[in-house]
Amino acid sequence: MNAQLNDAELNAAPVDDAAQPTAPSAPAKTAPRDAAAIAAMHDAEAADVHGDVSVDELHLTAELTGADASSIASPDVAEYAMRLGDDALILSQRLGWWISRAPELEEDMALGNIALDLLGHARSLLHYAGTASGRSEDDLAYWRDEHEFRCAWLFEQPNGDFAHTIARGLIASIWMQELYTALARSTDASLAAIAAKSVKEVAYHRDHAVQWTLRLAGGTEESRRRLLVALTDTWPYTDELFRDDELHERLGDIAPRPSSLRAGFFRVWNAVLAEAEITEAEYTNRKVGQSSGGGRHGNHSTHLGPLLAEMQVLARRHPGATW
Amino acid sequence: MMATTSATELRDRAWRIAAGVLDPEVPVLTIEDLGVLRDVRIEGETTVVTLTPTYSGCPAIDQMRDDVLLSLTAEGFRDVRVDFTLSPAWTTDWMSEAGKAKLEEYGIAPPTHRAGERSGPIPLSLGVKCPRCSSLRTREVSRFGSTACKSHFECLACLEPFDHFKVH
Repeated sequence: MNAQLNDAELNAAPVDDAAQPTAPSAPAKTAPRDAAAIAAMHDAEAADVHGDVSVDELHLTAELTGADASSIASPDVAEYAMRLGDDALILSQRLGWWISRAPELEEDMALGNIALDLLGHARSLLHYAGTASGRSEDDLAYWRDEHEFRCAWLFEQPNGDFAHTIARGLIASIWMQELYTALARSTDASLAAIAAKSVKEVAYHRDHAVQWTLRLAGGTEESRRRLLVALTDTWPYTDELFRDDELHERLGDIAPRPSSLRAGFFRVWNAVLAEAEITEAEYTNRKVGQSSGGGRHGNHSTHLGPLLAEMQVLARRHPGATW
Repeated sequence: MMATTSATELRDRAWRIAAGVLDPEVPVLTIEDLGVLRDVRIEGETTVVTLTPTYSGCPAIDQMRDDVLLSLTAEGFRDVRVDFTLSPAWTTDWMSEAGKAKLEEYGIAPPTHRAGERSGPIPLSLGVKCPRCSSLRTREVSRFGSTACKSHFECLACLEPFDHFKVH
């Protein structure tokens, strides 16, 4: 729908008429398609300025939630959900760039679909995180500054060439599948519901990354060379994903310890690279260790700032804009 | 509402109205066929409808919510609320047989089997039948199709491309 209605159009929309009951003896045969009423509804949403951090119950319940629409996250659970939500949001924003630029049309659609799934995960997680502080998912996505984001450095890494995007996607999707599989057993019903939903979709993402890893590794000399460069460049951002900190201590059975995901991750990782006939020596470099990271505490690589500037500029320049 | 209407009749009427809402992306399927309509209940004066999204990022869910609200208010339900739930996670196993038949007629190959049947040690992919010529000589072009819920196939017999509603 092309929204952006002016006030006159809004006033002209027969909102009240649409809500009037019709006689029980005259049931409509088809679902109504009252364009004016829908437009009015969208416009009413647009009138809610995203910069306003007051709690709007209607808006919060209209967002996607977990098992129970009324559950409110504790501050610790909110912090945890924000970390995972930011991972998904930032990777989604990165992947969206590929649309119309991928090597083939099918990849435009694949990367776009993966980005859309991740955006869905981010919405659920950030909605839940926001319940602790009365902020909406949009408040969290558009009105936090760089140091308030909690994504790990892997997800901020530039798209690079197609091989870099695949290497990043391979690490991310293997990790996410291990994570969400474990988190689906969380004692927090909302996190468990989001994880159980997400893991089914991440399975497609992992399959996509694995297929391309094998294809690039076994393709031409050039495709293999590029994949090895990409794996070497991206591998240093893996270790941050498995670091425990004080938050995980406090969460107990609510969330798996990151370190507990390491074994499962490497089982899959090693199997994929063995199939691709890539040895560890080909993608690790004695001169380059693992990155210190720090994204979980708001310390980011230089890549996040420009990404956020692009992602947030429209919402900040035109608060409440919709289309 | 008519005072004589019992709560059960009211709830059933609300379900039938909500169940008539179509999927905006696949407009031959109702949200009931799709398994997106999970629950309808009457809480005092409020009619509460619960939907579940197919895929987490599916943008059609907002349109479905709006259409449920409009359909029910147009039929006299004054106070309507639409809740979303993620649990249990949506699966194509909930798609009705009528829905599968409508999909095929529309030109989209329906899910080939139940999602639970994939869990054996050897991944087995069943042949997807071309909705146009019914040939099983088809090939998956891409696991990602025009929407999140579909993959992209081509028929090697009639050479037509087609969408397949993925088993999920």
